Amino acid sequence: MADDGTGVWVYAVVGGGRYGDELPAGVAAERVRTIEAAGLTAVVGTVGLDDFGEAALRRNLEDLDWLETTARTHDAVVGAVARNADTVPLRLATVCADDEQVRALLAESRRDFEAALRQIAGRAEWGVRAIADTTAPPAPDVGTDAPGGAGARYLARRRAELSSRDDIERALAAEAESVHTTLLRLAAMGRRQSPTAPALAGTREWMPLNGTYLVDRDRAREFADAVASLDRDHERLRLELTGPWPPYSFTGIERDSGRESP
Amino acid sequence: MTMSGREPAGMQPYGSGHQPANLGDILERVLDKGLVIAGDIQINLLDIELLTIKLRLVIASLETAKAVGIDWWEHDPWLSGSARDLELENRALRDRLAALDAGETMPAVESGRQQPAQQHTAPETTEDDRGG
Repeated sequence: MADDGTGVWVYAVVGGGRYGDELPAGVAAERVRTIEAAGLTAVVGTVGLDDFGEAALRRNLEDLDWLETTARTHDAVVGAVARNADTVPLRLATVCADDEQVRALLAESRRDFEAALRQIAGRAEWGVRAIADTTAPPAPDVGTDAPGGAGARYLARRRAELSSRDDIERALAAEAESVHTTLLRLAAMGRRQSPTAPALAGTREWMPLNGTYLVDRDRAREFADAVASLDRDHERLRLELTGPWPPYSFTGIERDSGRESP
Repeated sequence: MTMSGREPAGMQPYGSGHQPANLGDILERVLDKGLVIAGDIQINLLDIELLTIKLRLVIASLETAKAVGIDWWEHDPWLSGSARDLELENRALRDRLAALDAGETMPAVESGRQQPAQQHTAPETTEDDRGG
């Protein structure tokens, strides 16, 4: 740990030092700079441990406003880097003690970074979500002459409603799977993720697909067109396309597979 | 179709382009993904796994708080645990009926297991708090 009360927040690692744009300010409003070693460039910023040290992070990360601001800023820096270079994003809150440690990190993990860079070269990540309309058609009219009393009629209607909702959900899940399969054919890689938490997604509707795809840059238009066309083909699914994202979901897989919490 | 981010026609990558993306989009990428640095050189000040778990808890609790009273499946007796309760209750009732039909004396009510029949709520009279 540094003695001067600062640490080095690492945003991303790129293969070369060439990306023209000026980068936005970092999570501590600090100037974002680069550290080079082992033929790699780390994009970093110096942050105060009062706010970004271990104890402070434990406290701050429970504050959703703080988390949102920090996550958006981190993403903005990574995105600005990725605009001009193949970029390996680092997970939020990767903090080194000092520049020397960042250099050691680049040297020690050179092969991992290079492998990740090869995988994402010339590609970007796109997110595709399907939101389902599960509105059931009107329940079949059981009629007042149905056997039994009001309770039995209620039960019959309720069962019919539930079973038709069941059918609808099964059908929509199959449609979502076929959307995913179609998109995979246009992508270098792709995967389905758990549905986004409703509180964060801004919707409580059912999300039968939360996919993310690594797509060649020169196929981005084709991919977006395919999403639009799938959206038209599937009346009960509303497809939402986000991106392009830096390849967050396609750079850390091999390396952290043994460390991911279940 | 909804385009969060830029128009596909432009296709300029990155930058402030995906800023309108919702918090969920961003968090599920910057927290769950991205290269995780591990290994012998302990460069992190934080135990990243602990951090991630903690973040998940924060998000989960937020979700829970907001979801209470909204997720229909959690309140539908046919899809939640109360459906099983009703089923068990029905079975207990049928057993008692069968026992009565067989001319047996009414078995003594075992405390905690069965209740007098008139207090049972048959499904027909179950109120549906969801309307429809």
